[in-house]
Amino acid sequence: MLRHVDAGSCNGCEVEIAGCFSPVYDIERHGVRLTASPRHADGLLVTGVVTHNMRQALLDAYDATPEPKVVIAVGDCARNCGELAGGPGVAGAVGEVVPIDVEIAGCPPTPDQIVASLRGIVGR
Amino acid sequence: MLAHVLLAACTGFGLIVPAGVLLARTAARPVVAGGGTAVLGVAGVALGVQSIRAGVVPVRIGWLLPLSGAQFGGDALSGLFVLVVGAVAVAVGVYLIGYARDGHLPTAALAIIPGFVGAMLLVPLAGSVTTFLAMWELMALTSTVLVLTDHERAACRRAGLVYAVMTHLGFLAVLVGLVTFAAGVGSEVFAAMARDGAALPPATRDAIFLLTVAGFASKAGLLPLHAWLPRGHPEAPGPVSALMSAAMVALGVYGLIRIDVVALGVGPGWWGLTLLVIGATSAVYAVLQASVATDLKRLLAYSTSENMGLVAVGLGAAMLLRSAAQPAAAAVAFAAAMLQVVNHAAFKSLAFLGASTVQRATGQRDLDQLGGLARRMPATSGLFGIAALAGSGLPLGAAFISEWLLLQSLVHAVPSHSSTVALAMPLTVAAVALSAGLGIAAMVKAFGVGFLARPRTAAADAAVDPSAAMVAGMALAAAACVLLAVAPALTGPLFAHLDGVVPGLDGGVRWGRVLELSGLRGAMSPLGVLAAVAAAALLIAMSIGLTRRGRPAPTTVPLWACGAGPLTPRMQYTASAFAEPLQRVFDDVLRPDTDIEVSHLDESRYMLDRIRYRRQISDAVEARLYAPILRVVEAGAHLVRRAHNGRLHWYLGYGAVGLLIALVVAR
Amino acid sequence: MSRAADVGTATQIVLAVAVAPMLVGVTRQTRARLEGRAGAGWRQPYRDLRKLLRKQSLRPRGTTIVFAAAPLLVAASTLAAAGLVPIVVASPTTTRIGDLFVVVGLLLFGTVTLALAGLDSGTAFGGMGASRTITMAALVEPSLLLAVFALSVPVRSTSLAAIVTSVAAHPETVARPGAVLAGAALVVAVLAETGRLPIDNPATHLELTMVHEAMTLEYAGPRLAVIEWASALRLTVLLALLANLFWPAGIAIHNVSAPALLLATVAITAKLVVLAAVLGGAEVLLAKLRLFRVPELLAGAFLLGLLAVTTSSVLSVNAS
Repeated sequence: MLRHVDAGSCNGCEVEIAGCFSPVYDIERHGVRLTASPRHADGLLVTGVVTHNMRQALLDAYDATPEPKVVIAVGDCARNCGELAGGPGVAGAVGEVVPIDVEIAGCPPTPDQIVASLRGIVGR
Repeated sequence: MLAHVLLAACTGFGLIVPAGVLLARTAARPVVAGGGTAVLGVAGVALGVQSIRAGVVPVRIGWLLPLSGAQFGGDALSGLFVLVVGAVAVAVGVYLIGYARDGHLPTAALAIIPGFVGAMLLVPLAGSVTTFLAMWELMALTSTVLVLTDHERAACRRAGLVYAVMTHLGFLAVLVGLVTFAAGVGSEVFAAMARDGAALPPATRDAIFLLTVAGFASKAGLLPLHAWLPRGHPEAPGPVSALMSAAMVALGVYGLIRIDVVALGVGPGWWGLTLLVIGATSAVYAVLQASVATDLKRLLAYSTSENMGLVAVGLGAAMLLRSAAQPAAAAVAFAAAMLQVVNHAAFKSLAFLGASTVQRATGQRDLDQLGGLARRMPATSGLFGIAALAGSGLPLGAAFISEWLLLQSLVHAVPSHSSTVALAMPLTVAAVALSAGLGIAAMVKAFGVGFLARPRTAAADAAVDPSAAMVAGMALAAAACVLLAVAPALTGPLFAHLDGVVPGLDGGVRWGRVLELSGLRGAMSPLGVLAAVAAAALLIAMSIGLTRRGRPAPTTVPLWACGAGPLTPRMQYTASAFAEPLQRVFDDVLRPDTDIEVSHLDESRYMLDRIRYRRQISDAVEARLYAPILRVVEAGAHLVRRAHNGRLHWYLGYGAVGLLIALVVAR
Repeated sequence: MSRAADVGTATQIVLAVAVAPMLVGVTRQTRARLEGRAGAGWRQPYRDLRKLLRKQSLRPRGTTIVFAAAPLLVAASTLAAAGLVPIVVASPTTTRIGDLFVVVGLLLFGTVTLALAGLDSGTAFGGMGASRTITMAALVEPSLLLAVFALSVPVRSTSLAAIVTSVAAHPETVARPGAVLAGAALVVAVLAETGRLPIDNPATHLELTMVHEAMTLEYAGPRLAVIEWASALRLTVLLALLANLFWPAGIAIHNVSAPALLLATVAITAKLVVLAAVLGGAEVLLAKLRLFRVPELLAGAFLLGLLAVTTSSVLSVNAS
């Protein structure tokens, strides 16, 4: 069960994540679902670079998730600010705000890469 | 003999305690008033039990009332209602000791409350028409004065006026009905009227039925003569509201039973049908108003109307089924009505005492200004929660049992030979179900918005639990609620004595650990339900506890605000918001007044300064039924004023003509 | 009531407890397959519950004991209702404790507790979920009780054992117009009570469309597990009620020996799986109704219930 947080992305990674849940890739068959509330989640799926406005919101979502939890940074922007490094609204990469457990590289990463990484966490 | 001693004690206390209040020191007045009321209540309970077991031998006091004298006497039915009034008085009396401290209630109110209780105790024990009417009027007068305790406020004065007018209109209807009855039978003693009531001509009986139903239904708070309830109860002081709502409306039901069910005998089917329709419409309309009310006491007042509506449904179904020759179902319906009266007295008194505690602690009656009281007033919140559960009609609550009995009687009615019964029963079941559902909405709103989550205003934040006397009074009522919910078998032996008093409506239920219907197939065990839920809860809690080792330790966290920053108490759902879907669904019935006022900036009409939205739900019956009638009466009065033209010879002429008419009629 | 009946009652409680997550899994799996996906398998809810029991429990600031105790009360009342409904045995030992009205009442008790928890959470979504749930519960009550009434007319009793035994003895009574209409009303009422499409979408992420989910947004860890399991149990109880009131084939009536109980267990499990699959399939085809169109649907169910009762009464008058 993952809670998706868009910390300031261009929505390219979101489109790929949405593709993961389509009948073609069907990540649900490995037991991964998106939830509406971080309290129901086992981890955060964070996309995009962390902007100033979303910094506190990301921290709140992290605090609201019960232990044991994981944080997955999807895309280059989440890993190291990618294309948007040095921009005026950028507070930093996701790793500078919350501790990351898994990174998925790519701009955007393909659904295959996302599925493979998540399967590594779920173990199915 | 014992009964006469207790009767004398009740009357005596009803006179001594007010005197004591007036004579006592200011600091001691609350104790004298409250303690005296409680003692009066205990005497009432004892008298009630004695009357149920052995009856009260009629006693006549010739000098008490002019022309006819006073006659007191009672049987099991009177005893039940005396018991109910006495029990409510005990709880309210104990509560009053704490409530009235620091001059919170004026001396006049403190002195009159015991008198009010005394009058209520004597109404069921009246054995003749004049005694009954005298006690009824005494009860009405004392309660009017008590409603007007806060007369500096205009709303209170208006409420007192509406109450005074409606109670006296009801009194008028009852007066005409009972006098017609007594004249027809030739005696004003209730025993004689019960013996000969069935022999009166049908037209007379119908007229008596309609008049007395109108009068007693108004006192019981049934539609369409209920408007005094939601106006009067919020304005009266808390303990007075509890007494009025739990005990006084029950006496309206007593009147209905004594005259229309017992004395008039078995009547045509449309009598029961009328009562059924009045009860069902009252229940549904009143609970709808309760579910959208934001004033806590107004909500509880409408809930009283709803519960009395359900009692009337039970009585109406009993009468209808009795005249349709279905004694088993009729008996069950009657038992349901009686049990509902007892249950209602318990949880409504507790609810009103809780509401008045909240009002005293926070100064607020509006649910939208309350909240978070569970942490600040834990005792009050817990006790109010018990009242809400008992009144909601959910299993584990007291009202569920009487509702179950009522539904069983409606469901078991065999529709053979009577299409009225065939159509009326399912519609009544639907009405009872809808009122149960909406009642739950009202109670969830009252408890959830008022007591849970966080306080919405500083006043609610500053609330503290009340003094020990107030908590003790509420705890007494709560104990009654819990006892009635879990072991209705305790009331069983009392109800068993009602056999023989109400012809054709006795012996419907076998009371025991399992409630069984006699003559019908049906059984239920409230204790068993409680045991099942408790066992299930224990099992689940233990299973979850076993897995505790595999979990990280629990922590306290702030509420999840969707990342938008800390939630303010203003962001919680209010009572108006909670009821909004229901109000939208029932828009045509409630007809709220909506007002939108848009004010623009001076500089430009394109820029808005403020938008003001106001929505008010008033009682539609009052607006649409009373207002035209009052307009007609006013127009008639204006017409009659033309006769007051100031000329003396015209007035002399009026007097002469009047005298002539009187002489002709009296020949 | 014999020892064998006690064994039967215990069997049905254990069965209900164990099978509940499976039904949710079957519903989701049917939905996935019909949508062209592979799906997570019917065992996924069990994995989810196991995982939730190993997560941390959170206490939000500002909530009271109502929030903490609500999951337990919801689950306990639903489990008590499961003990009263004839699932494996037609006359469980609990038959004199409560009848159909009591079962409906217990389920309503669970709804109310969850609504109070939603209000206690102090968030806007909690209050919204509570308000919508209570509105729908209030509006579904008349249809539900009228359907109960219609089913009780031929047997002259609302005792579930009596109704199920009578339908088992005379299966053709299910084809009476009264029973068919009552069944239709009951289906709509069950959909409303369990929070399924078209009344509520259990899989939605948009808070403004939530009815049941909105009340549980604050719960985490074991409390969330209890709530999820309780709603699965609620679905099980209502589907079992629907199955056994209209098609009690295989249920153990007079013979409560071990082979009969085994046959009854297999029969009801099969019926429940079929019903769950039908529910999942129907959900793929249905769209969620607008919130203020739901009362119209519930009013339609109410009319069906009213017609059911009147036809039952009128036709039984003509027959007698």
